[in-house]
Amino acid sequence: MTAGAEQERRIRVLIAKPGLDGHDRGAKVVAASLRDAGMEVIYTGIRQTPQMIAEAALQEDVDVIGLSILSGAHLELFPRVVDALSERGIGSDDVLLFCGGIIPRVDWEAVRELGFRGVFGPGTDTREIASFIREQLPTLPARAL
Amino acid sequence: MTASSALAAGGDLADGIARGDRRALARAITHVERDDATGRAVLAALYPRTGRAQSVGVTGSAGVGKSTLVARLAAEQRRRGRSVGIVAVDPSSPFSHGALLGDRIRMQELTSDPGVFLRSMASRGHLGGLAESASGVVDVLDAAGYDVVLVETVGAGQDEVEVASATQTTVLVTSPAAGDEIQSMKAGLMEVAQLLVVNKADLAGADTAVQQLLALLAIAAPRAWDPPVVKAVARSGEGVEELADRIDEHQRHVRDARHADAERRTLVEAQLVTLVTAALSRRALAEARRSGALGSLIDEVVARRRDPRSAAEALLAGIAATAAGDPAED
Repeated sequence: MTAGAEQERRIRVLIAKPGLDGHDRGAKVVAASLRDAGMEVIYTGIRQTPQMIAEAALQEDVDVIGLSILSGAHLELFPRVVDALSERGIGSDDVLLFCGGIIPRVDWEAVRELGFRGVFGPGTDTREIASFIREQLPTLPARAL
Repeated sequence: MTASSALAAGGDLADGIARGDRRALARAITHVERDDATGRAVLAALYPRTGRAQSVGVTGSAGVGKSTLVARLAAEQRRRGRSVGIVAVDPSSPFSHGALLGDRIRMQELTSDPGVFLRSMASRGHLGGLAESASGVVDVLDAAGYDVVLVETVGAGQDEVEVASATQTTVLVTSPAAGDEIQSMKAGLMEVAQLLVVNKADLAGADTAVQQLLALLAIAAPRAWDPPVVKAVARSGEGVEELADRIDEHQRHVRDARHADAERRTLVEAQLVTLVTAALSRRALAEARRSGALGSLIDEVVARRRDPRSAAEALLAGIAATAAGDPAED
């Protein structure tokens, strides 16, 4: 292996858990599976505020943000994450957003309207998430080169 | 991307960083890490503004408490009114080339502090590549105005020795449990560390570990700076203030007019050696892969018709034969 020549773009993904969920097994499984799919995954741990998530996304210059939530507060917290991101000039047109955890189907439309292109419930095959990222990332209109 | 547009993009990012635009800073780091044309343009534009920050590398084996110590040290620097940039390096998987970067978990309290910029970096397993990009990232954070830049690297191998060339002060962290390891540290990191920390000093054996380190230092070649040994308990913060003081002392030493120039020459030489090594192997191998020369040379060596050294010479000769210009431009 050589430096540079193979320094092809590695997809950088932030996996974050907003709110007060106490456990993060799902998030860790997703993080590990994306690593195994060749991505660089930044995992921030539990109990993240929207500001912390947005700041991590900015500093880490990620291509993708995945939010995992189990508490049922997604319609409270996701808009606040999206706002905190846009305060920093990050929009769903240049960073790919997806979410997972316990998100009832009736809320999927609302979540999608916030800019989350993918919603993955319990039992999702993790390979599906990796393919989703590879397919969707190139279609972002304002993705930085 | 063409060379001129990369130059323009690099210039824009450098301007953004000068204005304090944190997103431009984050983006610039990505390009530097990727070692693409934009990244090189950013570095060229920023380099005259570097040299203000105190850069500190923290290394040691897995499990000695580096992340916790770095978090404490960063908090101590904040208490002293200094802004802090942190580069936390974790290994890439040799199989998938992916990485799971979890340093933000252990640095939770710092992540909502606007005076701290934390960037996770995967080692990417490239020959010389880690040190190459780490020194570039340190330069970018330095030029962005961070007073202190901390680089945390895992392990105690060759890569980490090279990373030491990216920072002025290298701190080697061990723990009382790492007694055997200290014994085996005869060469390598001991030579590049300017400060030694025995972390988890509340555990039994801490004083023995300190004695072992001092004994090893006593037999090292005499040098202008004698590495002090600091006992610390990162979990409680004990010893962290002393560590920060010692780092300041070493920084005064490297910036002392009597030998600042020599210190800096040594650092720059190490950087150039790393960069040239990486660039040479990149050029030689990329061209040989493209032309198929690499495959045929491997065939010849496998069949024992040629020896590896002359095959390597042939690869190097190939660089001279091709036009200058880096194949890994974008």
